[in-house]
Amino acid sequence: MKTFTYAKANDAETAVRDAHVSGAKFIAGGTNLLDLMKLQVETPEKLVDISRLPLGEIEEREDGGLTIGALVPNSDLAADPRVIAKYEVLSRALLAGASGQLRNKATTGGNLLQRTRCYYFYDTATACNKREPGAGCSAVGGFNRVLAVLGTSDHCIATHPGDMPVAMRALDATIITLKADGDKRRISIHDFYRLPGDTPNIETVLEPGELITHAELPAPPKGRQTYRKVRDRASYAFALVSVAGVVSVEDGRIASAALAFGGLGPMPWRNAAVEAALVGKAPSDAVFNAAADILLADARGYGSNDFKIPLTRRVLIATLRDLTGE
Amino acid sequence: MFGFGKGDTNALTMNTAHPDSLLDTSAQDVIGKPLDRVDGPKKVSGQATYAAEYALDDVAYGYLVRATVGTGKITDLDASVARAMPGVIDVITDYATFLRNPQQGGETSAPTQGVEDVAYHGEIIAIVVAESYEAARDAAEQVKVTYAPGEGRYSFLAHREEAEKPSTQQIPPHHKQGDVDTAMAEAVHTIDVTYTTPSQNSAAMEPHASLAVWQDGALTLYGAYQMPASDKLQLAKSLGVSADKVRIVAAFVGGGFGSKLGIAPESVAAAIAAKRLGRPVKAVMARQQVFDATVRRSNTEQRMRLGADADGRLTAIGHETLVSNLPGEDFFEPAGVATHFLYEGENRLITHDIVRLDWMLAGSMRAPGEAVGLIALEGAIDELAEKIGIDPIELRRRNEPREDPEKKVPYSSRALIPCLERGAEKFGWAQRKPAGTDRRGDWLYGIGVASAARSNMLQKSAAKVSIDGQGKAHVETDMTDIGTGTYTILAQITAEILGLPLEDVIVHLGDTDAPPGAGSGGSWGAGSSGSSVYLACEALRGQIAKAMGVAEDAMTLKDGRVIADNRSVPLAELVGEGMEATGQIAPGKQEQLFNQASYGAHFAEVAVNVVTGEVRVKRMLGVFTAGRILNAKTARSQCLGGMTFGIGCALTEELVHDPRNGKIVNRDLGEYHVPVNADVPQLEVEFLQERDIHANPLHAKGLGEVGICGAAGAIGNALYNATGVRVRDYPLTLDKLLEGLPAV
Repeated sequence: MKTFTYAKANDAETAVRDAHVSGAKFIAGGTNLLDLMKLQVETPEKLVDISRLPLGEIEEREDGGLTIGALVPNSDLAADPRVIAKYEVLSRALLAGASGQLRNKATTGGNLLQRTRCYYFYDTATACNKREPGAGCSAVGGFNRVLAVLGTSDHCIATHPGDMPVAMRALDATIITLKADGDKRRISIHDFYRLPGDTPNIETVLEPGELITHAELPAPPKGRQTYRKVRDRASYAFALVSVAGVVSVEDGRIASAALAFGGLGPMPWRNAAVEAALVGKAPSDAVFNAAADILLADARGYGSNDFKIPLTRRVLIATLRDLTGE
Repeated sequence: MFGFGKGDTNALTMNTAHPDSLLDTSAQDVIGKPLDRVDGPKKVSGQATYAAEYALDDVAYGYLVRATVGTGKITDLDASVARAMPGVIDVITDYATFLRNPQQGGETSAPTQGVEDVAYHGEIIAIVVAESYEAARDAAEQVKVTYAPGEGRYSFLAHREEAEKPSTQQIPPHHKQGDVDTAMAEAVHTIDVTYTTPSQNSAAMEPHASLAVWQDGALTLYGAYQMPASDKLQLAKSLGVSADKVRIVAAFVGGGFGSKLGIAPESVAAAIAAKRLGRPVKAVMARQQVFDATVRRSNTEQRMRLGADADGRLTAIGHETLVSNLPGEDFFEPAGVATHFLYEGENRLITHDIVRLDWMLAGSMRAPGEAVGLIALEGAIDELAEKIGIDPIELRRRNEPREDPEKKVPYSSRALIPCLERGAEKFGWAQRKPAGTDRRGDWLYGIGVASAARSNMLQKSAAKVSIDGQGKAHVETDMTDIGTGTYTILAQITAEILGLPLEDVIVHLGDTDAPPGAGSGGSWGAGSSGSSVYLACEALRGQIAKAMGVAEDAMTLKDGRVIADNRSVPLAELVGEGMEATGQIAPGKQEQLFNQASYGAHFAEVAVNVVTGEVRVKRMLGVFTAGRILNAKTARSQCLGGMTFGIGCALTEELVHDPRNGKIVNRDLGEYHVPVNADVPQLEVEFLQERDIHANPLHAKGLGEVGICGAAGAIGNALYNATGVRVRDYPLTLDKLLEGLPAV
């Protein structure tokens, strides 16, 4: 770990001011950042500790939606009765992630920013464009079992490793931030993440010093919800592929569908065309297969992750059956 | 035993059977009981001191620097930036003396030394020493090393044709008997298949750690080591000092599984740094370094050939294994080691050849040989049973040998078939359905069986036992307890034979100032060190009888009292100035005259998701025989641990080498998948009663590894029974199953 300076913020305005310097990072639970700092994958010059900010509440709004403070721990969010009752997909996704100990410490805001688990990103002895722009990508031509098949570039094939953000993407969450100049910003989760392109080091649209203060869920969606995570061991493993699904059926036809995927791309993946291929149709394997065709049309395997493509098709079909069946 | 006086040595070489055991005639009634670990309270209250935890004054903290090329020569090591960093004391290297890799277990020579020519990615090449661990670790990242890159051999598949016969004869690498090719051609039923298993890492909870202190030219090394007696010799040779100037202390070791049998690079690095600085230096490997630069289980490619007559009687067994290791390293994963004696069959070919690769050292990991060898053998037996159309247990019954089929010597004790039969009854084997037919919702269920076998070994081991004026017994040996329960069983043996309450026995382990013990490895720890304690206690019984003035066999020792001749005298009153004796056991002719092994049967039920191919073990049962069970609770724990290891071996564990430079890709516990709680269902362990009079005076055989032997094979066979798909490429991850699963 490199030496860094440390500032403790008591209010959000001070936090963003403190962090508005080069090399500054916020720290809350630290479940990801501290590990990366020990390995010098992350080398912040300054940490602004936001763990004391008053952002630990979950509030129900008049429109029926929830506003979730950025510091709400994963375990609290998963156990919130409103989340369990109305946003089951989110609760399930949270509980599918990490371990009990990590969920107690990990926060909502931090989890949105969890960094990739690419093996090469984690090892400073290997080339990684995400860690060191221009260095090259060791994962292409290397071992890439857990890495992406959608949205990749020649510069990076990393996956976003999260579960919670996948569910939030299916739920059309909005991320609320405070910028260094004191302005608040509302960012749809659909616009929040960036594809790697030739700048895989830039993962979100957040500006330097910009602080996530809340995540907003719209009013609960219609239909059934589920989160299905496929992984290499029964717990404490990142998704090979995961599906967050919210689907409603009316009069024998799919009335609405929201499907987001983990383990496939550099961000929680959602493709409106997949959902459009479902809405208005009577549920059938043919319809589900057509949706999978659209989802996977541009999928590309890199060797050890090729299996994700047929696996995703199977999981998507099975998930849609569950969500639309009797 | 009347002749023994204070300080006697009672030595026994197992040349003849030892039909009578004091453990059967003593009266304290603690042997075999499911007693809690005597060191348990220390462990859960933080009072068990592990190597890195000794609080010495003036300790400097070392952090190891690794090579970041697969092969090559170091042309420059620029530590100027690192040295100038706050808190950094020095950056130290000694290319000639640093260990290229760890030593194998039990060796008395230094491991390969010399790090300037980098032999594998992650090799330890220097140590940064600082006033804090954090400062040292930070500075280590700033050491700039330049290399002249070398040509490396990093792909097993690319070099498999160039495999060579190991030069070692410790375990004969090749055995040929009869003519397997002809027997295969003439057999009614044949199997000719290839199983592969990947590199694995022991991933012990405690990382490798050494704390080195020099005083008056002598080194004390607090180390996480399994075999202090030979580790001490390895360390002395590595450093060029005489063995009497080296002391190793390993009182508590947080798991080893073979990875701590021999000294590892951090020991010599810490010792050199401590000498240069004139202060204690502690070097603890980061988890990633444990993966990079300790020892792995070799990957294997195992061709299994079985030929049988119409009734399923084996006529041919071929088990040809390719493994990998660094150039010049003799160790090979002896995958065929149990194939030598598990089943009948006149024509036999069991070979091991090494593919030379520039990957980190391959060495011992729990049950080297059987753990992965029985995947192939027991898988092939299952395949043969399926092909012939008979029950796999019946097939094993038909091939149960009456004597060792190669050495033509009797088994000292063998209860494989009773284990299979007891397990079958308890597990509900009769309910097994044809492969691929038991579908429940989205899950396919299946059950499988595999034999367990692990050779029993006895190693030279010594221990001193003394009785103080309070009537308490003290056991001293440099034997270790690596989580296995040694403290407890040595206390039980002592308490049993000397008739003492367990709490009146104090066991001191892991200090080479004490008599040299066998160390922990190869499942020999309990039998070997336990026998040395037995022999010391036997001698003490003689001394007690003499003090009591009675014949030894007319005397009962119980609850701290000596009872004989219508008298009951507190032991404390008889010991006078104190009594002591040393016991020493050594292997003898019984090893050659009998085939000695522990046996068992594994049963596993798995469920396979038809959509994803996810495999979940639903339940497992292991029925074992290992001679006398010294403590039913710690024995059970050993087997539970072995079976859990088997789950990892079958389903999740794979140490991945980058094909471009051999570096370990998944070098943390997030990506090297050992089973977590959710992967491990209810496991059941049962022991069948047995005594082995040829093994040692305890009549106990090895237990630490038989729990893993065959466990993965049973899971693989269950997976086949569930799906009808035979996957021979381990671990059995879902990607390998997808193609064979029903369409969604």
